[in-house]
Amino acid sequence: MNGSAIAIEAHGLTRRFGNLVAVDHAELSVPRGRIYGFLGPNGSGKSTTIRMLCGLIQPTSGTIRVLGLDIPRQAEALRMQIGYMTQRFSLWEDLSARENLDFMASIYTLAPARAAQRIARAIEEYRLAEFLQRPAGTLSGGQKQRLALAATTLHEPPLLLLDEPTSAVDPQSRRDFWESLFALTATGTTILVSTHYMDEAERCHALAILDRGRIVANGPPQQLMAELPLQVLEIEAEDITAARSALHELKSLRSLAQLGLRLHALISPDEPQALERVKRLLADQHVQAVVREAPASLEDVFVGATLPAPGSEP
Amino acid sequence: MAPASLRRVRAIAMKELRQMSRDRLTLAMVVGIPLLQMMIFGYGINYDVRHIRTGVVDLANTTASRALVADIASSQVVDIVARPPGAEQLRNLIVAGTVHAGLYIPPDFERRRIDGTRPVAQVIVDGTRPGVDVAVRTISETPLPPRAGTGGRKVPAIEVLTEFNPEKRTAVQIVPALIGVILSMTMVIFTAIGLVRERERGNLELLITTPVRSIELMVGKILPYIAVGLIQTTLVLLTGVLLFNVPINGSVLDLYLGAGLFIAATLGLGLVISTVATTQFQAMQLGFFTLLPSILLSGFAFPFEGSPHWVQIVAQVLPLTHFVEILRGVILRGATLAALWLPIVKLSVFLLLAVSLAAARFHKRLD
Repeated sequence: MNGSAIAIEAHGLTRRFGNLVAVDHAELSVPRGRIYGFLGPNGSGKSTTIRMLCGLIQPTSGTIRVLGLDIPRQAEALRMQIGYMTQRFSLWEDLSARENLDFMASIYTLAPARAAQRIARAIEEYRLAEFLQRPAGTLSGGQKQRLALAATTLHEPPLLLLDEPTSAVDPQSRRDFWESLFALTATGTTILVSTHYMDEAERCHALAILDRGRIVANGPPQQLMAELPLQVLEIEAEDITAARSALHELKSLRSLAQLGLRLHALISPDEPQALERVKRLLADQHVQAVVREAPASLEDVFVGATLPAPGSEP
Repeated sequence: MAPASLRRVRAIAMKELRQMSRDRLTLAMVVGIPLLQMMIFGYGINYDVRHIRTGVVDLANTTASRALVADIASSQVVDIVARPPGAEQLRNLIVAGTVHAGLYIPPDFERRRIDGTRPVAQVIVDGTRPGVDVAVRTISETPLPPRAGTGGRKVPAIEVLTEFNPEKRTAVQIVPALIGVILSMTMVIFTAIGLVRERERGNLELLITTPVRSIELMVGKILPYIAVGLIQTTLVLLTGVLLFNVPINGSVLDLYLGAGLFIAATLGLGLVISTVATTQFQAMQLGFFTLLPSILLSGFAFPFEGSPHWVQIVAQVLPLTHFVEILRGVILRGATLAALWLPIVKLSVFLLLAVSLAAARFHKRLD
């Protein structure tokens, strides 16, 4: 294996299904030993990209190198080096948790002593003891996910590809799951994880925001938030509806979202004095409101990145 | 095979067995289908047609004509259930379905007996019922009762000797071939569904990202079902011998070798189906689609000597045709596998083609 600091590299990665362009000229560079996130709505191309990276789907065009291997040509050589967790629970529901682990250890042909040691370790690490003998199909979402992660990491792969691993899991289990992911990166594992949860995306070392097959933004979350090319205003008003209609004629308004009694407005940078302008618009319509500048959240970054370019659509 | 390969094949085979042992419906099918089919075919179906409801019109009503009717009745081929007064009434009974055959003895029966150039009586058969025609034909061979002056029996010109099944028992013809039919029924569907189910449930997407090879996956899936197939073979053989007195004239080892080859060929067909079908329902339909021609054209129930040439060619493609040949050869005629080399070769070719086709069609990819 080569010692490059980059685990995954892709250039011009494109995949078409008939007329649909599922992934459109994606450029990717994922550093080793980090958690890299794919943030995007359903159908944005997250799963297709992950499947191309592990050789399950052939790209229409573009090049992929994963752990120094040319994919899909050398996909077989990659199998021992990766752990892949599908979006859906894909272990055998009619086998017990223990039998699933034993089976996966055999499929990866771990030597019996190592298999026993790895399984014992996984049982402890992922708290599987309480449901070890139960059929996997009867486990809760969080238990299934712990079992799936345990099975995926038995052979200690240096790279984990996790496709929306937390979509069917309660918040506490999601927190535990992310603790496990950080524990894995501490041992040098590289993790690529797709999600549509903002809080999860924010935990990643770096992330790419996908929208309709294209990577529309990428970088560390803090940097993306700091460099958001939009002005963020928060408007607190008694009469939210009136405030909304007062802001209607603001042409530079990119997005307006309601959070309880507050409005969260994203305004394009070419509006010179956005704060004053908004205050004046509200006053003109006799709307009692407090307007202040606010720091950008990752959601703002996401909304900003996935908005149609100004003027491109009516 | 490398030790790593062996280990993966074993892991997959063990997993299949474990899953099968937990699936009560499948387990019930493994034992239930053979037993049910044995009962239906063994007890329910009989080509040796007897007790045909028959009407008799005896317009002669002489001693000899009554003796002829009595002789025919005692053959048990027919049961005389009606004695209509004339030919027209007899016809009406056949049209109504009350009787399926009729014996008409004309008023000039005695004259015809002496004459010897014209038939003495007529048998009318309802041609809409399979098997009745052939059965009733046998009563036309009933010799005439002896008449004063012409003593001695009538001896048929050609004697038919039915070898290997002198009593012409249907069970003897059907039960050996039934092994093949039952295996076709269960094996194709088990394997086809086995792989398609894993695809539907998403297990396959996980499996193909592991180091397991396509051929390991195929072999691991097939092995447990070969064992199941041999168990079914044993079950059918035992019931055949114990309940229907089917003799096993050949070597039991030859029989199991032939069965193993056929099971593998059928499983190969199931694998091919599994690479075509995307849902379990489709796999099931495709399985039945191959089953019906197998049962109808293999010579299991209907002689394919009567089929048109192109149908016989289709029959040659079906593995069951060759296995029925092997089964009847070994079990009933006591043939050795060496004597049955031709069907053995044909089955082997089928197995090779099926597994190659399945392996070529199965990719470790999703697209």
